[in-house]
Amino acid sequence: MMQMIRSGWYRLPGLLRFTLGRLVVGALLCVGVTFISFTLTQVVPGDPVMANLGERAASDPEIVALYRERYGLDQSLPEQYARYLGRLLQGDLGESQQTHRPVATDLATYMSATIELAIVAMILAMAAGVALGITAAVWRNRWPDQAIRVISLAGVSVPTFWLALVCLYVFFFKLNLSPGVGRLGPGTPAPPTLTGLYTFDALLSGQWGLFREALSYIALPALVLATYTTGIVTRFTRVAMLDSLGNDYVRAARAKGLPARTVILRHALRPALAAIVTVSGMAFGRMLAGAVLVESVYSWPGLGLYAYRSALTLDLQAIMGVSLIIAVIYILVNLGVDILYAVIDPRIRY
Amino acid sequence: MTGAPLLDVTDLTVSLPHPDGSRLFAVRDLNLRVGAGQIAGLAGESGSGKSITSLALMGLLPDGAKVSGSAMFEGRDLLSMSARDRAALRGRQMAMIFQDPMTALHPMLSIGRQMTEHYRHHFATTQAKAMRRAEEMLDLVRIPDPRGALKRSPHQFSGGMRQRIAIAMALCCEPTLIIADEPTTALDVTVQAGILRLFERLRGELDLSVLLITHDLGVMSAVADRVSVMYAGRLVEGGARADVLTRPRHPYTHGLLNALPGAGGSGGMQTIPGLPPSIATHPPGCAFHPRCPFCAPSCKVDTPPLVAISDDRRIACPIDPLAPKKVTAS
Amino acid sequence: MANVTTNTHRVGRKRRSEWMQPLGLIGATILIAFALIAIVAPLVAPYDPLAQEARRLMPPSADHWFGTDQLGRDVFSRVIHGARLSLPYALQLVVMAGILGTVLGAIAGFFGGWVDGVIMRAADLVLAFPDIILAMAVVAALGPGLFNAVLAVVIVSWPIYARVARSMILTLRQEPFVLSRRLLGASSIRTLWSEIRPNITGPLVVLVALEYGHAVLILSGLSFLGLGAQPPAAEWGAMVSEGAKYFDKWWMSVFPGLAILMVVMAANFLGDTLRDVIDPRSKRHLS
Repeated sequence: MMQMIRSGWYRLPGLLRFTLGRLVVGALLCVGVTFISFTLTQVVPGDPVMANLGERAASDPEIVALYRERYGLDQSLPEQYARYLGRLLQGDLGESQQTHRPVATDLATYMSATIELAIVAMILAMAAGVALGITAAVWRNRWPDQAIRVISLAGVSVPTFWLALVCLYVFFFKLNLSPGVGRLGPGTPAPPTLTGLYTFDALLSGQWGLFREALSYIALPALVLATYTTGIVTRFTRVAMLDSLGNDYVRAARAKGLPARTVILRHALRPALAAIVTVSGMAFGRMLAGAVLVESVYSWPGLGLYAYRSALTLDLQAIMGVSLIIAVIYILVNLGVDILYAVIDPRIRY
Repeated sequence: MTGAPLLDVTDLTVSLPHPDGSRLFAVRDLNLRVGAGQIAGLAGESGSGKSITSLALMGLLPDGAKVSGSAMFEGRDLLSMSARDRAALRGRQMAMIFQDPMTALHPMLSIGRQMTEHYRHHFATTQAKAMRRAEEMLDLVRIPDPRGALKRSPHQFSGGMRQRIAIAMALCCEPTLIIADEPTTALDVTVQAGILRLFERLRGELDLSVLLITHDLGVMSAVADRVSVMYAGRLVEGGARADVLTRPRHPYTHGLLNALPGAGGSGGMQTIPGLPPSIATHPPGCAFHPRCPFCAPSCKVDTPPLVAISDDRRIACPIDPLAPKKVTAS
Repeated sequence: MANVTTNTHRVGRKRRSEWMQPLGLIGATILIAFALIAIVAPLVAPYDPLAQEARRLMPPSADHWFGTDQLGRDVFSRVIHGARLSLPYALQLVVMAGILGTVLGAIAGFFGGWVDGVIMRAADLVLAFPDIILAMAVVAALGPGLFNAVLAVVIVSWPIYARVARSMILTLRQEPFVLSRRLLGASSIRTLWSEIRPNITGPLVVLVALEYGHAVLILSGLSFLGLGAQPPAAEWGAMVSEGAKYFDKWWMSVFPGLAILMVVMAANFLGDTLRDVIDPRSKRHLS
């Protein structure tokens, strides 16, 4: 039986086999993530009964016993974990104390705003970071390289929440270049929901004015969110490009008399890009986390704002829901990146 | 050899910057000629400056390198021409083949893409024409199914096949000079022989000149018309292949030949004692003197000039211990 | 032999000149300056950071260089006193996370097998979580406060140290001097301590320098969100947060934010320079 599975496995085309393998790993990671989030709710010395019932109810032993039974807190830990997993599989992430709605419903509502913000910020960060990184590598150890080094270090050093405030003050309050906080102006109806991303939806439904408005609102938070990632992508691109520029095949391309531009962008960048794509997957996860700070300043109705409000009311279920969903997104993005990597570089398919 | 040579290098000196601010001289006062249709060999151990020489001729030296002397190629000085003219020549009239075919081909670009991009750049022509040219060249170097090969990636070929492809790539733009830096070193012996035969055949068919750089005198003896030997950045001996390889006059050449497996009449393989000097630590006087069995006191002080000892033979050794005895013992 | 000596001499000189690189020097100077400010804060601060004595919401002036806040407290004095919170708490954070991570990573690397598997998979999983949100969850459970924030971030940041320590130990384990010690019968723990520790200290110091800036950022971020330092503490992130409520009074948030930026940038300048100076063999473990 094993033999059959094994021989069948090796008859699959390389890319498919690679993808299936990565999918299994991704699924295992997701299970691990639920385990960590379960463990945290257990290990953390806050008593969930105290946290969720409030003082008056918690002082009544009968209510506490009922509560423990209802949520299976009187059972052994493995049983509790099994129950927890079972509920997760049904999409039950508990109830938010703050909104009194299922956490899963809340997440669905808030997710698209964060995804839109992160995608726009990621595009900005990749474009700026790759361009700066290439420039730094080509001018290695000369002044453009040094200047870019300082810029990228500043990018990873600036406190996001502070930059968000300063930018808002300058571009909205002083210069009036930004329309302010939120996703759209007050009273502007949202575009018909297709993807949940306002800019895309406005574009897909052909509403140019709405598209421009959505874009003007997202520009500032996306720019702020992109700073940190730009720094990371810049440094990584520089290292990857230096690595790549030292390769024999880059020298061979120069020996063929190709213009410097072609050598850098076609021959040197391509292998570096594979490494850059990998780091961008990890950077995306960090960006989702950074969204908490940006969203709380710009009242951007996303997962970050939701997590922030939940944290203020110590709403553990809601925050765990957010971390769980972001961890899963992170795993999925990196899974996608791995597969993309295999498509870019034909040598990767084992 | 009559008429102007295709490549005439005079007093080439290359220095590289050292992190502490001093300069390292990788090549000094090098004189070298490659005639039309000739395979000229440049031999030497690693660190002798032969690869730096090839990069200097191609104009691919790293940043901060300084070059002096002249290198006349088809009547123009490579070293003083503008970067733009140099780039137009590179890959067009003069092409280069690198040591390791496993790394010299771009792993992510198809063979067809890599074989046509410089042709299209230099000749401003269509992709279809460039592909036809590439196919012809692959056929010329005996790659089976050239059309199919164009669609594949380098990692689908063996080392020997890749070196053939690299040669075909170099030939695409009909260069007059090919600089081959250790083209067979990374290959198996049987594959080496095939590549060397290919060079000989191409030289005959295409009237190609080749500057063959190698540390392997065995390779040299197989194909080179002329042989020059470098040690520590300087030329120590030069002449026709048969002369240099059968009757070496410089002690270093002699040592190299004795180090060849199965060579050296006096009892098989002998290595040269000591290590070749690194680029940073050239000894004063004749750089070879610490390892030379014939070392005289003056060798430690004076740098021996390269002198012609016959029409076609130059050595840099005033002692000349291997000169044929006036009275030959018969 | 003479050659060898001159050679090492040259390398030594080169190293030192890299140490003196402007960026690293700037970073070290700023960090030392902030540390001094933290120590002598009560002496140099013109006012009590908690005293509500001045007029409220005054813009910067000769009396109040950074202006006053909504309770009439001197922002300059509060920024100076803020160094007494951010700097030591961030240090505490990197030291705790560094020790926890290094020990776990060293155990994983040295013993291998299932121990390695369990520890490193746990590290992977923690890394999959967004750090600040996971820290928010932990703080929400523990209750807000600067020390709880530190504990929360320790829980989410040990894997970086574990990865570096593990990969270095895996390399070192193959080194002849470690192998020979083991063959001579030294016990595992003693080998670990006497031979490996001095070799991984350098890279770990660099890592701590690099992570210090991140620690300051995430702690001030948690305080900004109201989960770290609580009012009326003069903590930089909390001050920016208060300033955000008085949006047009820019001085309330600009100055504490600049203080964060300077400390983090200084730490990153220093860490980045140290990483370049360090032995290239251990450098790759850090990237």
